[in-house]
Amino acid sequence: MASSSQSGKQLQEIHQATVRFAGDSGDGMQLVGSQFADLSSLMGNAIRTEPDFPSEIRAPAGSLAGVSGYQLHFADEEVTTPGDEPYVLVAMNPAALKVNLPEVQTGGVLIVNQDEFNAANLAKARYPTNPLEDGSLAGYRVVPVPMTRLNDEATRVAELSSRERARCKNFFALGVVLWLYDRPLQPLLEWMMKKFRKTRDVMAANGAALRAGYNFANTTELFRVHYHVAPAKLPKGRYRRVNGNEAMALGLIAATHRAGRTLLYASYPITPASEILHELSRHKEFDVRTLQCEDEIAACCAAIGGSFAGAIGVTGTSGPGLALKTEAMGLAVMTELPLVIINVQRAGPSTGMPTKTEQADLLMALYGRHGESPLAVLAASSPADCFPVAFEAVRLATKYMTPVLVLSDSFLANSAEAMALPKPKDLPDLSIPSPTQATPDFAPYRRDPNTLARPWAIPGTAGLEHRIGGLEKQDGSGLVTYDADNHRKMVELRARKIDGIARDIPPARVDGEARGDLLLVSWGSTYGAITAAVKSARAEGHSVSHLHLRHLHPLPANVGEVLRGFRQVLVPENNLGQLCLVLRSRFLVDAKPLPKVEGRPFLIREIRNAIEQELRHA
Amino acid sequence: MPSPTLPVMPQPAGKPLDLDCLRTLTRKDFQTDQEVRWCPGCGDYAILATVQKVLAGLGIPRHQFVFVSGIGCSSRFPYYMNTYGFHGIHGRAPAIAMGVKCANPDLSVWVVTGDGDGLSIGTNHLIHAIRRNLDINILLFNNRIYGLTKGQYSPTSEFGKKTKSSPLGTIERPIWPVRTALAAQATFVARTLYSDPAHLTRTLEAAARHRGTSFIEILQNCKVFNEGAFEDIVDRSQADELRINLEHGKPVRFGPNGRLGLTLRNLEPSIVNLESTDLAADAILTHNAEADSPALAELLAALNPPAFPMAFGVFRQVSRPVYEELLMEQVNEATRKRGPGDLARLFKSGTTWQVE
Repeated sequence: MASSSQSGKQLQEIHQATVRFAGDSGDGMQLVGSQFADLSSLMGNAIRTEPDFPSEIRAPAGSLAGVSGYQLHFADEEVTTPGDEPYVLVAMNPAALKVNLPEVQTGGVLIVNQDEFNAANLAKARYPTNPLEDGSLAGYRVVPVPMTRLNDEATRVAELSSRERARCKNFFALGVVLWLYDRPLQPLLEWMMKKFRKTRDVMAANGAALRAGYNFANTTELFRVHYHVAPAKLPKGRYRRVNGNEAMALGLIAATHRAGRTLLYASYPITPASEILHELSRHKEFDVRTLQCEDEIAACCAAIGGSFAGAIGVTGTSGPGLALKTEAMGLAVMTELPLVIINVQRAGPSTGMPTKTEQADLLMALYGRHGESPLAVLAASSPADCFPVAFEAVRLATKYMTPVLVLSDSFLANSAEAMALPKPKDLPDLSIPSPTQATPDFAPYRRDPNTLARPWAIPGTAGLEHRIGGLEKQDGSGLVTYDADNHRKMVELRARKIDGIARDIPPARVDGEARGDLLLVSWGSTYGAITAAVKSARAEGHSVSHLHLRHLHPLPANVGEVLRGFRQVLVPENNLGQLCLVLRSRFLVDAKPLPKVEGRPFLIREIRNAIEQELRHA
Repeated sequence: MPSPTLPVMPQPAGKPLDLDCLRTLTRKDFQTDQEVRWCPGCGDYAILATVQKVLAGLGIPRHQFVFVSGIGCSSRFPYYMNTYGFHGIHGRAPAIAMGVKCANPDLSVWVVTGDGDGLSIGTNHLIHAIRRNLDINILLFNNRIYGLTKGQYSPTSEFGKKTKSSPLGTIERPIWPVRTALAAQATFVARTLYSDPAHLTRTLEAAARHRGTSFIEILQNCKVFNEGAFEDIVDRSQADELRINLEHGKPVRFGPNGRLGLTLRNLEPSIVNLESTDLAADAILTHNAEADSPALAELLAALNPPAFPMAFGVFRQVSRPVYEELLMEQVNEATRKRGPGDLARLFKSGTTWQVE
């Protein structure tokens, strides 16, 4: 559908768009990207974003290592990924073009700041010749914009140095994109009035740059078509843009608040989990007590100590830190204390690629402790899903007196989307009362017959003095014993307690038919790409369904039954096939792995291709 | 119409409700029904008995005490204390204790550790707990050997010590517990020994009264693997010559009738015989546990036989803000400023919008 706007240009109706802003790390790409995301949300679109930060803190200006990007996918229907390939790339300098071009759709639009394509910057980007002139961009629609010069002219209104005014050109670029996607300027101008209220010159200059960019795009001959994405039909309510780490922090606060307990979050800074510590430390009015510990082990131990004393102990980390915490996690299994461990996975082994995503810690989460050491394992499927997963982790940890390991990853941590804000009163009550006084039948390991949880008797309660620790416990009394029969019984009890959680979680729900040719099974952040790929495959008539697992241990009771309903089972994972291994050994099905270990999430297209291939070979 | 009656309190079968706050406690109240399983003659027995006795006199009910330990012989301690107890993992007791104390600052938290647990695998946590100045008490039992693993040298073993794992003698210098604590800016540091219950009692009481991290090194024998670890010092007949009993504000003197004293020349300590010198009395070092600088405490802590006697008592006791109090101040300040946590407001605190 197309119509002509008053400028005489064509306005084309489209369903979805993917845009990437890229520039130097000092160019303010994250800011304009997130503002464009917010504006799209405000216009009613569904959104999903993904930033791409340089791994160096301050890489040299104009260098390939210093390129910072922000990708936004917005649509008039549900979006589950930040988009495979951007259709529009805004490149603020040659390095940004070089780094991002390989991912742009063929025939896509390249909006480049041509003023920055000088000899010095081309050399820094290692371009032997100017790509704007050598014909190498022939497969794209190149829109060269003299942004530096136009921005300089537009911002003369303000009493700022030329250097300060030059910093407004990200808003000039945003103005261009706003016109391209038929967005109003007003909400952004209002946002600027709030954001820069203390520096009125900066406000004026940024506003001028934004308008100039918009007007330039509107009047120049370079653009003939612009686009409109209609609002998505989202359920009514209030929404908030969250990334995975923010949603995780909110979920932890909400859960501990609903449990009526103190949240004691002990952590050691590590990429990409630190933001959870930052976020939680800003909300002390919820009696959130954040401890930045001397190391990962101390963090886990402090959280355990906190739980022993009646708080809800939580520790967050990434893979290398999880490795260090494993002994303490075993202690939490043995002492049967509530503990939530969050592992925001990143590419390993060892230091690996700290800013890149991977899902290769699943087997470690399930089995990576010495001894028979079962605990519950959950995984979040999207940035917003970190909220309910954190909530569920606290619920299980306190109800079953067990450590619960939550798997997120770098992709979820940084990617953002709209989260429908729950009404606090609709959140379940998670209070688990601790015994308040001595009773004749109190014993630290006397279990609840239903959950097999032991009582959470906390220090400071008269008459319940008891000792716990890492040594094997006598069933019931909790006294130290090396008795052979007792050890067998306790090993089985600890396993049975965790297995029993399967009765307390929803059955696995298949997206699509319950029987068919092909089932894709997933966990964690691959949810989005697989959901989109399966949807498109089904739209073309393929017999493909999708099973996504939030609870990885114990698995929902019906997983085996679901798997047996399909002729083929494919398990896409950002590892070499870890869930696949579990499914094969547990259920004796011929599940096949679909690995991707490139530090990047799956593209929808990659999953689509794999589906086609599987069905062809069927 | 029912007559008003008091609700019936559930009572433990057999005996009436026994509330600590209603009576005076004795050592027996702190004993558990668990058989104490240290080797016969182990110094731990004396320490356990003294700790139980000291706790009974603090006026704190039993349920407010938490004993946290790591791994090793000394770390079995919590099982023998009828209080709350947490037998943790190797070296990590200070970290567990930090969690306990921060979750409930009202508790009286005691860490029991050894020279291997506290100063090898757990040195990191020990130093950081001390530097934070949590209001906890750390008892480090130093017998200069790994006992539970049957006789390897420990980080406090003397240079050249022959053990199962060092048949030709160790080739590493020992770490000094008191000096490590001082370097970590401890606000209370003391040294005592298992064989002098009166000194041990005094020291434990002072530690319990101190607000902030109290660090006590307790010298101790290991009957089986390091018999005679501190034989000379423990020997009462030599105590006058080999021990300096530090007292705040008093000259540093020792020997029979205090005839020997410690002076300082070019920052080097030396011993003078006060009977055979015309040295002015004020030339003798005066102990000042409350000095701004920890230099004197460090100097005294480094005294070591055979050249010098070993110093006992409180090396340092200064006042500094306590970690968990500062933590709670921030929590209370945030609550005062923003009101108690309100989830609806929290959720809306970011970028939000309404979909109609």
